[in-house]
Amino acid sequence: MKRDAELGAVGKPHPRLEGPDKVSGRARYACDLRLPRQLYARVLRCPLPHARLSRIDTSRAEGLRAVHAVLSSANAPEVPWYDTSRLFDRELRFVGEEVAAVAAESEEIAEDALRLIAVDYEPLPVEEKAGKPDVRQRGDIAAGFREAQVVIEETYTTQTALHNCLEPHGCTAVWEGDALTLYESTQGIFAVREEIAAKLGLSEERVRVVTEHMGGGFGSKQIAWKHSVIAALLARQSGRAVQLVLERDAENLAVGNRNATRQHLRLGAKRDGTLTAIEVSARVEQGAYLAGGEASDVTGTYLTLYRCPNVRAEQIQVSTHRGPAAAFRAPGYAEANFALESAMDELARKLGMDPIELRLRNYAEVDQDQRKPYTSVDSLRKCYQQIRGHFQKSAKKYGIGFAAHDWAAGAGHPPAEARVEMANGGARLVIGAQDIGTGTRTALAQIAAEELKLPLEKIIVSIGDTRDAPYGPTSAGSSTLASLAPAVRAAAQAAKAGREGLGKRAPNPKHKSVRTCGAQCAEVEVDSETGEVTVLRIVAAHDCGRIVNPLLVDSQISGGVTQALGFALTEERIVDAASGVVLNANLEEYKLPTAGDVPQITHASLSLPDDEANAAGIKGVGEPPLIPTAAAIANAVFDATGIRVRELPISREKLIR
Amino acid sequence: METVRLRVNRAERSITLEPRRTLLDALRTDLGLTGAKKACDMGNCGACTVHLEGKAVYACLVLAIDCAGREVTTIEGLENDALQRAFVEADAFQCGFCTPGQIMSLKALFNETPSPNEAQIMRALSGNLCRCGAYRNIVRAARIAARSPSAA
Repeated sequence: MKRDAELGAVGKPHPRLEGPDKVSGRARYACDLRLPRQLYARVLRCPLPHARLSRIDTSRAEGLRAVHAVLSSANAPEVPWYDTSRLFDRELRFVGEEVAAVAAESEEIAEDALRLIAVDYEPLPVEEKAGKPDVRQRGDIAAGFREAQVVIEETYTTQTALHNCLEPHGCTAVWEGDALTLYESTQGIFAVREEIAAKLGLSEERVRVVTEHMGGGFGSKQIAWKHSVIAALLARQSGRAVQLVLERDAENLAVGNRNATRQHLRLGAKRDGTLTAIEVSARVEQGAYLAGGEASDVTGTYLTLYRCPNVRAEQIQVSTHRGPAAAFRAPGYAEANFALESAMDELARKLGMDPIELRLRNYAEVDQDQRKPYTSVDSLRKCYQQIRGHFQKSAKKYGIGFAAHDWAAGAGHPPAEARVEMANGGARLVIGAQDIGTGTRTALAQIAAEELKLPLEKIIVSIGDTRDAPYGPTSAGSSTLASLAPAVRAAAQAAKAGREGLGKRAPNPKHKSVRTCGAQCAEVEVDSETGEVTVLRIVAAHDCGRIVNPLLVDSQISGGVTQALGFALTEERIVDAASGVVLNANLEEYKLPTAGDVPQITHASLSLPDDEANAAGIKGVGEPPLIPTAAAIANAVFDATGIRVRELPISREKLIR
Repeated sequence: METVRLRVNRAERSITLEPRRTLLDALRTDLGLTGAKKACDMGNCGACTVHLEGKAVYACLVLAIDCAGREVTTIEGLENDALQRAFVEADAFQCGFCTPGQIMSLKALFNETPSPNEAQIMRALSGNLCRCGAYRNIVRAARIAARSPSAA
């Protein structure tokens, strides 16, 4: 790309193209479909943490007028699901697992019908099973600790958090002959098409997935879940369109959560702060099944964030009788960052060192895991400088805390394709991805406008429909824009040259590693009588490469920080150990941040085009702003109170014990 | 089944429904007004906020039959409102699912207090959740609209 000062559409804070639709109620989500003769479905869920279904009788439900289809293990096809289970399995492994489903003329009648289904369950024992440790290491860990003059050894825990996308998982399924259209709330229209086609034994061409607008993803909507196949089967059975939208409690039981972790950590360092050894053993609660979303990589950041010759990081997956975990914004990294960056703060205090100095002392200029230099060697250093400039220690009696982070997936990757069609003095940009609220639609239109030298309003974007679209990647890993923007550039260049306007994403550089990284500082006030933590201010500096739209990046940063505030302070799934029942699977007792909880958030913006990374110089920023916030807050709480909280969330009782 | 006459967005509407149907389901299912969203269905999140006789209510906590003869306003009843323009300008949403509810909560405040102060804005928003964390820009949009000459 040209120098940024010479760019036209790119770099401008253009409001979202879909803004007028979203403020008027016109924006259509999967749950908003209203098709002729559409039915509404509900799912009966298992009340026990582990049970065998010994008898099911759906005849009374089937006899209800206005009920048009009923599915259970008695009549559903044997669709394989999870590692060893089925769509409707007779062995049920968590409270909330799918037992039966009904499609009726209204949601109310579908609920009536569920109450008429008779089920006998035979309770089975509830147990935890730890898997084999997955170990990643380099150097000689024992030698590293022999060399150490100072050692920090502590255990940190992070809680199970619930995604609580405001739009629950859901879809509307319609058959035309043997072709299925799914209006789905998903982060990956092509991924869902592939999975659903495989589950139903259809060719992919017979399945169309549409996501016009999407009410929040955060990782739990990047795979196909059972509800989509259930809706498709109910629609086939009834011969009518079927809408199946999960209720809030089902959303919180059956379609993913951020897995709890327990991380035992040892850091060894010399007196000058040089790290000699990093060792972690992490136990990760995966729930009853491996759902197929990415397994949380808790060990990744231990291997890369700091320069250290001797590292041993092990991860043990623990299966339990709880709902399956799924990726949740920066999976693994958010959890690991709390432990590692809290421990680095403890180390800085033990050494009497400035926390930023300690991190500079151990600055990684090469990716030590992949043994390649980074494309943007200095960007994390620049983030540190930005933070230091904003934050000066004050004499007032509150605390400030610092944390750094890296993130492995923001580079983007092939395959990702785009199509540009020139018409009527403008252009149509066709993208087979989806805009999950990050602003993909708008940012890609800006890239096309830049390349075609057209005003933004001359670009019509078609996004979120697998039919007739080139392949688009799943919105995950903070990679959508970095994957697609180079493809859009290539497509626009081809169209401009009078060729067919198709563009493909080139691979990432072979001999260098692309990372995103950043740093945050938190300023807090703690009430020593009530334990209440008030976060006054967060300053965030993140390397996201070239900034295509500063308005959208600001929204990602403050949104990520706000979500992290809940992870740090208030959010925690509570399960009754005896019954396996989730006690707060709702939005009343599961505490999300509200408008009044949001601190001042300063985005210490950095535009660091990374032209070695890809042809648009872009890296992702969706997940990074959530990663370092909890540690920064915990470190600030220690600064204010002298109390080190090593268990998330930092709830009040932990500060007034 | 009962037949109820509602006044929705200044138009008379007659619908036949079960007495247990909420106003939210009546709007979304019977009238096709899907701007108000069902996100919790138990009065926790505010995504279903509409106006009943000018006051903001959670439509999931009101029975449709109780609204007979009363004036209901949904997001579809606003036309190029200063709040709607300010939400676009301030990027006051990401996924947009909670947005109609946020706007209707603020609109009820603006109807009574055309230039609200910060505390009034925060109070009006206190019953509306946003999981994307767009609150900062939602408040900024409210401030922009409060300064707008056409806010009233």
